[in-house]
Amino acid sequence: MSHAQLAPPIYGLLAEFDTATDLVYATKAAYAAGYRKMDAYSPFPIEEASEAVGFHKSRVPLIVLLGGILGGASGYGLQYWINCISYPLNIGGKPYQSWPAFIVPTFELTILFAGLCGVFGMFALNGLPMPHHPLFNVDRFSLVTRDKFFLCVEAADPKFDMEDTERFMQSLEPVSISEVPH
Amino acid sequence: MQQGPEERTILQDVPWPDEPPVMAPGQTFGSVTDTIADAVLTRPIGLGWLFGLFVGMTLLGVLMAAVTYLFLVGVGIWGIEVPVAWGFAIINFVWWIGIGHAGTLISAILLLLKQTWRNSINRFAEAMTLFAVACAGMFPLLHMGRPWLAYWMFPYPSSMGVWPQFRSPLVWDVFAVSTYATISAVFWYVGLVPDLATMREKAKHPLTRKIYGLLGMGWRGSARHWKNYEALYILLAGIATPLVLSVHTVVSFDFAVAIMPGWHTTIFPPYFVAGAIYSGFAMVLVLAIPIRKYYHLEGMITMRHLQNSAKIMLATGLIVAYGYAFEAFIAFYSGSTYERFMMENRWFGQYAFFYWMLILCNILIPQVLWFPKVRAKTGWLFLISLVILVGMWLERFVIIVTSLSRDYLPSSWGHYTPTRWDYAVFFGTIGLFTTAMFIFIRIMPAISIFEMRTLLPEAEVETK
Repeated sequence: MSHAQLAPPIYGLLAEFDTATDLVYATKAAYAAGYRKMDAYSPFPIEEASEAVGFHKSRVPLIVLLGGILGGASGYGLQYWINCISYPLNIGGKPYQSWPAFIVPTFELTILFAGLCGVFGMFALNGLPMPHHPLFNVDRFSLVTRDKFFLCVEAADPKFDMEDTERFMQSLEPVSISEVPH
Repeated sequence: MQQGPEERTILQDVPWPDEPPVMAPGQTFGSVTDTIADAVLTRPIGLGWLFGLFVGMTLLGVLMAAVTYLFLVGVGIWGIEVPVAWGFAIINFVWWIGIGHAGTLISAILLLLKQTWRNSINRFAEAMTLFAVACAGMFPLLHMGRPWLAYWMFPYPSSMGVWPQFRSPLVWDVFAVSTYATISAVFWYVGLVPDLATMREKAKHPLTRKIYGLLGMGWRGSARHWKNYEALYILLAGIATPLVLSVHTVVSFDFAVAIMPGWHTTIFPPYFVAGAIYSGFAMVLVLAIPIRKYYHLEGMITMRHLQNSAKIMLATGLIVAYGYAFEAFIAFYSGSTYERFMMENRWFGQYAFFYWMLILCNILIPQVLWFPKVRAKTGWLFLISLVILVGMWLERFVIIVTSLSRDYLPSSWGHYTPTRWDYAVFFGTIGLFTTAMFIFIRIMPAISIFEMRTLLPEAEVETK
């Protein structure tokens, strides 16, 4: 292709399917055919679909763990610093570092940081919020929030070729195929 | 959430042949979406809804008036007086926060236990949690006397150089309740995002589309996004579970760490948590029964949900009964004169009527839930739930008022009579809760659409 260096004129090709099973098998076929820059879209989570696009491991659990550790450490650290360094105060003869009493706020801050890091991390990893996306240019795609399933092979994929890819996608027997303009 | 047949566990809620199903037959992805979304988008505003909102807003107006007067004059307008300085404010705080617990139990604990029947009630149960916590959170602030100094409860480097007292359960409460409110809010919002995308696509009016579009963050159902989403959702459930148990435990520490007779006992944390779930499920039924009828959602919130909730109420009610029995046993077994007097005072003292009413409402009447015939009647379930809500409120009244009014020294004994302002604030928060619930079911999908889709047999990926 002579214009390979130019930006591809379209975002990709979008195939529509009626069932979750069709989507998963089409995605597996596309992966087997060597396509990597692609994604499956569905109205509800399908574990097999993320496996099929080659996305096996989410980094969200790691973020939640780190958030929890950070929250717990800062929760206990805050109480230690306040009670032992900043303003030591004798309360009923109890030790400055009354660790059993400090467990409750430490625990709560662990949960708080873990939860908030997880939520912000999930949205960040997903690149959301993104109110505009090329896929929304295809009218049928709005049904992904209702009852239809889509597979998009992106033009940025090195293996992408307008005719070849379209022929390949036809072989997956989708309901329809549409070009996704930018 | 998604689960394959091989993941069925012994805890799985699999209906017997003659039992009601989790979802009425004949539903499709499209029909589930339409039923839930159209209740918000195309259904005209009905008289029933307007009347409900009117009642709620009237009571909300009472709350505004009562709180304004409270800010002008001070907590002296309430019936609280030494020795009973806690009164309605703390009773209502404990009551409301307990109600919130069922929402988290449904959304988090039942998710971890793979109880997929929860999918049709978790959304509004989570909303219930949020609004209940909002009502609860108000009371300690109002009770402080100088609510505009509420930020003193948080550890911040102030020019006064002092810090909160971290050995006090009241400070633990600040951390527990504010964390609970935050995590409940984000859990609810994260669950809403895919449904807000559905609403964005289904809404007709450009402004409505914009609002749902902004809130929905441009969710497009990508497999990679779902994977991260599911990982987060299950982890949030995992951390919300110990959180919800910790919140009422910490609330019970407000009592148990003090040395008042009747409060200083180790049974408090488990029995408070059980009582919280007990009253919370009662509130879930009080909300679910009218919602399913009014919005014709009987196909999604089926008798199965109501019956399962009734069974949970029965179980937690028995734990609460055990708590009462053990409280009484320990009072005598301890050999402490003060503990024994506390119990005798509860039984025969000036507030004995409320104690026996609480036994009637919380223990005796709910036993009719043993009968399958009672569990099959929505009217009965609704009434029993109301009785339990009253009973759980009385429980907190009895715990707080009987102990404080009769402590160690007869010279410091007293009497507690709530004033009209106490009632105004209490019923006012019911108004706030009602108003918020009515607005919520009008503007947000009251049932989780995407989780309902996963319940359909078509959601399973077949092997070719």
